[in-house]
Amino acid sequence: MTHAIWTEGLVKRFGGTVALGGVDLAVRTGTVHGLLGPNGAGKTTAVRVLATLLRPDAGHATVGGYDVVRDAHQVRQLIGVTGQYASVDEALTGMENLQLIGRLLGMSRRDTKQRARELLARFGLSDAAGRAAKTYSGGMRRRLDLAASLVGRPHMLYLDEPTTGLDPRSRLGLWDLVRSLVADGVTVLLTTQYLEEADELADELAVIDHGRVIATGTPEELKAKTGARSLAVRPADPVDVPVVISVVGQLAGVAPEVDGLVVTAPVTDPAVLPAAVRRLDNAGVVITELTLRNPSLNEVFLSLTGRPTEETTHTEQTEGALT
Amino acid sequence: MTTVTAPLARGLAARVSPIEGLQQTMTLAWRALVQIRHNPWELVDFSIQPIIFTLLFTYVFGGAISASTGKYLTYALPGILVMNMFFVTMYVGMGLNTDLTKGVFDRLRSLPLARWAPLAGRITADLLKQVWSIVLLLSTGVILGFRIGTTVLHVLAAVVLILVFALAFSWVSVLVGVLAKGPEKVYLLGMTTLFPVTVVSNVFVPTETMPGWLQAFVKVSPVTLLANASRGLMVGGPITGPALGSLLWAAMILVVFVPLSLCALKLRV
Repeated sequence: MTHAIWTEGLVKRFGGTVALGGVDLAVRTGTVHGLLGPNGAGKTTAVRVLATLLRPDAGHATVGGYDVVRDAHQVRQLIGVTGQYASVDEALTGMENLQLIGRLLGMSRRDTKQRARELLARFGLSDAAGRAAKTYSGGMRRRLDLAASLVGRPHMLYLDEPTTGLDPRSRLGLWDLVRSLVADGVTVLLTTQYLEEADELADELAVIDHGRVIATGTPEELKAKTGARSLAVRPADPVDVPVVISVVGQLAGVAPEVDGLVVTAPVTDPAVLPAAVRRLDNAGVVITELTLRNPSLNEVFLSLTGRPTEETTHTEQTEGALT
Repeated sequence: MTTVTAPLARGLAARVSPIEGLQQTMTLAWRALVQIRHNPWELVDFSIQPIIFTLLFTYVFGGAISASTGKYLTYALPGILVMNMFFVTMYVGMGLNTDLTKGVFDRLRSLPLARWAPLAGRITADLLKQVWSIVLLLSTGVILGFRIGTTVLHVLAAVVLILVFALAFSWVSVLVGVLAKGPEKVYLLGMTTLFPVTVVSNVFVPTETMPGWLQAFVKVSPVTLLANASRGLMVGGPITGPALGSLLWAAMILVVFVPLSLCALKLRV
């Protein structure tokens, strides 16, 4: 099995704060690897180390077999970086931004222009090619950012919170772009605060908290491990609540929580949904609501760490306001 | 649709050759100049402002100091060129600071470039801006009555001397650009410090007219030395002394500010 990215015991401190407390990662070539965690967990620090922007204090990391400290120059030839810290020049047009990167990478004037046009077309920015990037919307800026990181045809692409602050439509569009890149054979390292995003895009996940990897696996494995799906049932008649409690309790194998009329219990098997419908129907209970909810990041965290994520909602708000 | 990421089948270079580094520097200088097209106010700032300064000083002070505006301009213009040079170096710090705060610098650092290219690109672009404003000021001066008292070669030598000093002083600007919280802070700091520093010199009035304690300071000021050297080269008068003094200042600034700036930059990124 080949690994595009490999880290062992990566440590990074800022003053007294430990940003990375010994991170081990193994990213298989040609896959999307998600780094999932709340704000301040160390995701961005990890990406910055892998992008040769930060020197680790201890441990080592290789990208494409090259050491990020000793062979930084080779690593830079393999990667493309998109994040809030590695951005485009707002004073240049979309076209000029891509041309700048192409020329810096030593491409000829003609190749650069052709490549820039091709990327602008692919990312739906052809009409805005001649406008300064500062006039772009948040979604357009992210797409230009992504295009800029692809000019040099990187083998590995780092996407640091690519959709934070984007509206749902732009987010879906960006996901499609990422999927098409993976189809082209690019290895993607994706950091995100959204479980949904990791679920949609990532083949494998590493959950990071306080600078440590606290869980790894496919999204399915993690969800199964955390068992954080929940079944919620609301009967039409308050009289039926005890029956519902008994049915849901039997299916989940644990005592359900009751909030007003809504009876909730964590479940792992999706087959509980039809079973619940059948049994409640047999018992003659009329229900107004029946849902099987996917675990939220908060719930995954709660079950992995025993405490909820802090600041997640707060960050979304502030970053949304910035873009 | 073309494949966006075909695998690269070539071996990876271990380092950047000096020629590639120079090409990257020129590309980054090009970029700094293209920015002006989308921010015309910058062009106004370093083109029209010095001309307005020249006009103001010539017509407001000229009569009082030299009786004739043409005569005064011949005294003042070489110094105005020097003063303007100090202000134009501010763009290095402002541009660098914008790159640092907006994340462009990190993007550049993640590319396989020569480590020195981003800074060298900024400074090269600044030198081109310097040349532009010197040409503009000299032409304005000649139209208003400035007369060259030496040869064209002497004038060119004066321009080169000013550019060499600009190259050195850019590093002060780099340090400010790295330390400042935002581009507007660089501008503010530049304006508030450069104005007194450049005016407290013999750019506008001869040193002898000032009180003794101020004269002591004015005589050793790099602004005075550089203005004297330019005056000597463009109008006539002593050249070697002030030129060597200016070069000594430039060398001292480099020795102090290059390591300081690089250190600050390393700590910031």
